[in-house]
Amino acid sequence: MNYVEVLIYVFLGISVTFNLLGSFALLRFPDVYTRLHGATKCTTFGTIFAVFAVVTHALYQLHRTGDSKYLQMALHSFIALIALLLTNPTGAHAIAKAAHLSGVKPVRAVVDAYEEKLGGGSE
Amino acid sequence: MAFFYAMVLVGIAGLISVLRLILGPTVPDRVVGVDTLNTLVVAGMVLLGAAYDRTIYIDIAIVYALLSYIGTLVIAKYLQGGLA
Repeated sequence: MNYVEVLIYVFLGISVTFNLLGSFALLRFPDVYTRLHGATKCTTFGTIFAVFAVVTHALYQLHRTGDSKYLQMALHSFIALIALLLTNPTGAHAIAKAAHLSGVKPVRAVVDAYEEKLGGGSE
Repeated sequence: MAFFYAMVLVGIAGLISVLRLILGPTVPDRVVGVDTLNTLVVAGMVLLGAAYDRTIYIDIAIVYALLSYIGTLVIAKYLQGGLA
């Protein structure tokens, strides 16, 4: 086992750990906003490292065999990573705003600045 | 073979987020479950494409990421009451 395979195993371990932690956060947190926080951050971080593992594997195979399909695999998984990094925080922001506007309040919150801003605008 | 086992563990994480989709007390809880499941499916497709040496799985993961983003935005717009 050489250094590149050790690097791939480390990336896969980080990826699986953070994906499992994100989905456990979805079960254990008390309301929508904390669940969104835990699940979105952890699964985005885990998917970044899954793509890093695939890119490392593809570049290593390209260096070893010289087959151009591995270059295609590395580039396309990098494009998938960029699409995910652009769309995931935007979707989470839209879900949080829609949850607040549809009447779901944060559990045990002391300060709700968005509610104060909305109330101050109308009164 | 390591990629296949990693994909199995990511699939278990996806099943846990399906559990939130079934249990969720309010509608935004279920939307959060679907959004997490979409991210996990993209990660699983990329890992499966590396495990089976098929680049076409990764291409489908790109299309799935963009289309699931549009679906999440449409559901969020519907929840907050129209296209305001």
